Amino acid sequence: MSVLQVQDLNASYRKNKVLHDVTFEVEQGSLTSIVGPNGAGKSTLLKVMLELHPKLSGDVSFFGSSLSRMKTRVGYVPQRGSVDWDFPTDALDVVMMGLYGQVGWFKRPNKHHKEKAMASLDQMGMADYADRQISQLSGGQQQRVFLARALVQNADLYFMDEPLAGVDAATERAIMTTLNDLKMAGKTVMVVHHDLQTVEDYFDHVLLLNRTVIAHGKTEDVFTKEQVYRAYGGSLRWMKEA
Amino acid sequence: MTYTGWILLTASLVGLSCGIVGGFLILRRMAMMADAISHTVLLGIVTAYLVTRELSGPHMLIGAIIAGLLTAVLVQWFHSRGVQQDASIGVVFTTLFAIGVILIATHVGNAHLDTKHALMGEITFVPWDVMHVPLLGEVPKATFMLAAVLLVVVIVILAFYKEWKITSFDPALAASIGIPVVLLHYVFMSLVSITTVASFDAVGAIMVVAMLITPAAAAYLWTDKLSIMLVLSGAFGVMSAFMGYYIAVWLDTSISGSMAFATGIVFVVSFLCSPKHGMLSRHVHRFGARRSKENIKGIS
Amino acid sequence: MNSLLSPNTQWVLLSTLILGMAAGMIGCLAYWKRQSLMSDALSHAALPGVVVAFALTGSKNLLVMILGAAVSALIGAWMIQWIRSSSRIKEDTAMGMILSVFFGLGIMLLTIVNRTAGGNQSGLDNFIFGQAASMVRKDVVTMLILAVLVMLVVFIGFKEWKLFLFDPDFAKGLGLNSRLMNSLYMGVLVLVIVIGIQAVGVILMAAMLIIPAVSARYWTQSFRMMVILSAIFGGGSGFVGTLVSTMGKGWPTGPFIVVASSVLFTISLVFGAEKGLLTQALLLRSQKKEHMEAANPNPSVLSPRLSERGSNQ
Repeated sequence: MSVLQVQDLNASYRKNKVLHDVTFEVEQGSLTSIVGPNGAGKSTLLKVMLELHPKLSGDVSFFGSSLSRMKTRVGYVPQRGSVDWDFPTDALDVVMMGLYGQVGWFKRPNKHHKEKAMASLDQMGMADYADRQISQLSGGQQQRVFLARALVQNADLYFMDEPLAGVDAATERAIMTTLNDLKMAGKTVMVVHHDLQTVEDYFDHVLLLNRTVIAHGKTEDVFTKEQVYRAYGGSLRWMKEA
Repeated sequence: MTYTGWILLTASLVGLSCGIVGGFLILRRMAMMADAISHTVLLGIVTAYLVTRELSGPHMLIGAIIAGLLTAVLVQWFHSRGVQQDASIGVVFTTLFAIGVILIATHVGNAHLDTKHALMGEITFVPWDVMHVPLLGEVPKATFMLAAVLLVVVIVILAFYKEWKITSFDPALAASIGIPVVLLHYVFMSLVSITTVASFDAVGAIMVVAMLITPAAAAYLWTDKLSIMLVLSGAFGVMSAFMGYYIAVWLDTSISGSMAFATGIVFVVSFLCSPKHGMLSRHVHRFGARRSKENIKGIS
Repeated sequence: MNSLLSPNTQWVLLSTLILGMAAGMIGCLAYWKRQSLMSDALSHAALPGVVVAFALTGSKNLLVMILGAAVSALIGAWMIQWIRSSSRIKEDTAMGMILSVFFGLGIMLLTIVNRTAGGNQSGLDNFIFGQAASMVRKDVVTMLILAVLVMLVVFIGFKEWKLFLFDPDFAKGLGLNSRLMNSLYMGVLVLVIVIGIQAVGVILMAAMLIIPAVSARYWTQSFRMMVILSAIFGGGSGFVGTLVSTMGKGWPTGPFIVVASSVLFTISLVFGAEKGLLTQALLLRSQKKEHMEAANPNPSVLSPRLSERGSNQ
């Protein structure tokens, strides 16, 4: 069963059209990486699907329904750099924010919410840092807090924007273990990914994107030299050297 | 209550309201929006006066909210049309403010509303302009309005506390879990507007910027907990109000000016001496911080 | 029209014209440094310096006051930089603090000076909203010289400025001293602010720098054209605003100049050739039309096609 259907999605960023007739469909339980060169519209795709960025045209359906009805089943992990880590709060509090949608208006998170948040921090190996101010965490630790926040949402479909960018090896392992656990539990995960070397090891599906869908499917079918070259155009060689 | 008592109470109410609102203001990176709104409420007040020929509380509050929202909407709109954020703030507030000043100069005259009063405030007149409040007796109008505004501020901040927190820290996540980020933005701008206009008699439309931003910035240096930061910020606001009043009495000068200046003193002290983020502790702990950072790396 | 004939008014008009041009040009630099609101902070920060200069010398010598304003604005700029770089406080908060605290200090000092200096004080209040009409010929000459100096600095180093603003790394590679350029930039910015506050006032001085530059953006993509247009817009609104303000008794100059430049801004916003609303609307319409034609002409067949593609995977 497909949990996400995207149909002829078009969107522009500032003046430029960044997404052109993007169409694809994602199966339940898949772990998909979205791969493409800089400016290919990867982050924008996530934001447009989540209605955080306006679309020009096209349709996105979640579990055969609209996003507004399925909001609690969809989780989002923004780029780490998109928030101000000097914000006066601690790691546990950030994780609890993932529950705010479930807590409801005019209510405070209670003990039960706190335990849930603690459990998911623990799952990411961050239980010892629960009361640490978030600016005093390393980059990898911050990313794990973000992952813990997504876990606590207990969604069925996750979108993650570059969760593996700039993290240490231990964090990378911890995150990949978590993603595989999610997959085993029947959840669906889409990850914007930048490291071509690890795509084959980490993901079972690949969506090659460069403003439009270049190829989409099982990693072994899609992640071929020719297809990747098509997606990256001339800039691939430059990337490998860099 | 004595004359001085009323003045100190009024100024403290300004400090409290501004401090609480200011905490979220600086975390949302909107310090300069406060500057802009504090200027444009003048246009709201003048327009309200020209329409109703009255300078009473409710009219001014409504005028101020409209002017504040207009500022926020215009800034957002120009920004979405490709003008840099700060340039669009600059264009909007200077224009609306200039129109306000011109309206005063050409239509209002100096009889009821003069620009200087609007900008600098005239807290010394506050205790004389009283109204009758059931149970409390004679209360200065400005003080009563400030108390009402403080009540509104506290209720709105507490009622949506977790929503303010998440939309300030991570608006993208907030939107993705269905929190109305844009609506909350405009509610917040309305809060800034009514706080500004209520403080207008006491410290003037410009000096309110000092009360909004500086105590909050000082509090931000003392704590890593949001709730404590807001409480501290309100306390610093009250402290600045007291300090400013007595400095003004001592030097026989503008009360609103010294209150603004006093917020600066509170900030400088925090900037130098705060145990967490102050300059002195930074120098003392520089070595220690480096070592603990290495420890963190070792663990992760 | 009689006022036009008065020689002093002519001098004043000339000075706001040149001032507007200089501010328009420097405004472009500030726009591309993304520091539009810095000018607002610095002009407020200049107030205590003006008052102190007056109190120390006891005279309203424009040059002395400009010097005081410059010192005080530079201290403000330095403090913003210091707070931002050595604490977790962000730039906009630092600017807001310096702006309001310095302004508060200025008002404190102004009140004290007004009280002690007796009848001589009326000129000082003009620094808040600007009163071009109160300038005497000597002031005008001082202002003109300084404004022309500012414009010369931009003219002479034009291509260096361009490099410095758009590709600072490349500029460094070419051996352009970025520290020197930064100091020079700060210098001309402060200079244009302090010579302007007599005419426009500290509160609205920022508008002279921001609005013409933003308006010019709507007409051109070229930096050179932007600077030229911005100078024309700034000069024009300075001239017109001053002219209007002389028509009423006690009308402050600053607000009228600002409104004049806002009118130019609105015209640019709607009709601007490059990014104006009309141009954009036409462009969007043609884009949408293209888009509609390129998309599937019959939307009802989309769904089956999608599920087909899905099952193929």
